[in-house]
Amino acid sequence: MNPAGQSFDESHLSEPRLVRWFLIAVAFLFLTFFLGIPLIAVFVEALRKGFSLYRTAIVEPYTVAAIKLTVIAAGVAVFANMLFGIAAAWAITKFDFPGKSFLITLIDLPFAVSPVISGMVYILLFGMQGYLGPWLSSHNIRIIFATPGIILATIFVTFPFVARELIPLMKAQGKEAEEAALVLGASGWQTFFKITLPNIKWGLLYSLIQCNARAMGEFGAVSVVSGHIRGQTNTLPLHVEILYNEYNFTAAFAVASLLTFLAVITLLLKKLLSLKIGRKTVSG
Amino acid sequence: MKLFAASPAQRSVLPGFGLTMGFTILYLSLIVLIPLSTLLLKTVTLSWEHFWQIMMSPRTVAAFKISFQTAFYSAVVDLIFGTLVAWVLVRYRFAGKEMMDALVDLPLALPTAVAGIVLTTLFSPNGWLGRYLIPHGIQVNYTPLGITIALVFIGLPFVVRTVQPILSEMDRSNEEAAASIGANRRQILWKVILPEVWPAMLTGFTLAFARNLGEYGSIVFISGNIPLKTEITTILIVGRLENYDYAGATALAFSMLVLSFLLLFVINFLQARSRQRFEAFA
Repeated sequence: MNPAGQSFDESHLSEPRLVRWFLIAVAFLFLTFFLGIPLIAVFVEALRKGFSLYRTAIVEPYTVAAIKLTVIAAGVAVFANMLFGIAAAWAITKFDFPGKSFLITLIDLPFAVSPVISGMVYILLFGMQGYLGPWLSSHNIRIIFATPGIILATIFVTFPFVARELIPLMKAQGKEAEEAALVLGASGWQTFFKITLPNIKWGLLYSLIQCNARAMGEFGAVSVVSGHIRGQTNTLPLHVEILYNEYNFTAAFAVASLLTFLAVITLLLKKLLSLKIGRKTVSG
Repeated sequence: MKLFAASPAQRSVLPGFGLTMGFTILYLSLIVLIPLSTLLLKTVTLSWEHFWQIMMSPRTVAAFKISFQTAFYSAVVDLIFGTLVAWVLVRYRFAGKEMMDALVDLPLALPTAVAGIVLTTLFSPNGWLGRYLIPHGIQVNYTPLGITIALVFIGLPFVVRTVQPILSEMDRSNEEAAASIGANRRQILWKVILPEVWPAMLTGFTLAFARNLGEYGSIVFISGNIPLKTEITTILIVGRLENYDYAGATALAFSMLVLSFLLLFVINFLQARSRQRFEAFA
């Protein structure tokens, strides 16, 4: 137990058993109350009036349209932020340049901004009274209260996910392997796809899962730019809001249960991946 | 492989700096910097008097006050229980620990709107919790207490995930050393462990506070949005946008943005200090 052979009371290195049990019980009760009960309640409320009503709420055309829009917006946002994250991580970890830490701070910026403001800035830019609004409307381009605005707001709120995961990972891996490949005659792209990508694939996947969960679930930013047109600019979370405000609670919870199911899958995948890559820090 | 690390001035042999850096700057500018700068541009078009009049209106003052209070109290609860959860997860072994660890991230994965409607339903007169609380005079929905509870949910992972890695990477030999010179458990906790974990706790607290200050989705359902009572700043901003009162929304949003930047600065400072402290021990 004590390799160095010092003599001291082992009990000073942990709490008495009773205290340990008490602390575990408090943590367990706290998490049950704040996380466990809400999680279960979503599914109970969704199925309260039976499975057929649940099914009706989900196959209803407006819900299907909301699912489609959510998948499109999240798909574009995750893909765009993946390209950005890889490019930013490559530039930051493989090269030295002045202002690097400032650039990293700027990349993190969207996480510091309230979702409401993230959506609002696009209204100031592209809305009818916005800086580019008159020009856009004279060219018949709609961004606000349309799909492009929803995609932009989604990209904004999920902006840092991939970059902030890859930067520490690629930094830790160094650049010797890539340099060796290049010296041996590989092209830049070959080096990236054969050396870098295999090294970062699990970390990348981890960040994509996180990015996707936030993209599909974003509410505040998307709510501001959406205009809430049913069947057209309603994502799943916005659809939940509309149904709930119409006192159609069963349908609201049925749609919410889809998002909750996605959240549970996300948590399971994150846990599996973090065990796989031996990750201790699960960042927010 | 030392060959390539010859001199710091030597250019990297790796290709793609122009491409990746160019794309990074372009994308960052188009998505984040230019849109955010419109908020600044819009704010400077307001006269001082107008800006001041918006900011000092009773409704704005009340909204900021409620936002600050609820974000602060919820972050305090998150600090206490988040640290406890992190401690239990790192130091003790028990059945269901991995599940508990995975569950901590639920608020990050669950859409805020879902959190909002489920909490509101739980505390409604017929809800699982409301049916016991309301007869005892504890009204959660449409009160600052409800806002605080929703924010405790939202902010929890930020404390746990900041404190947990510091605890798990902490060198236990400091505790052994303290024990070997006769320190008891309480002394070790206060004099050895707490000073090491404190910067991370403070960082987690600030992260939770910053996140909670800007929260909208979970609050809009549970708060009832009663002006002067339960209307928080973000809800007031959305309300003004919906009424096309862009000047009113801009003044509030700009103030919140400045606050977020200040908090980001504090967080960066705390993290740098926490890292230094950690490296000094390692």
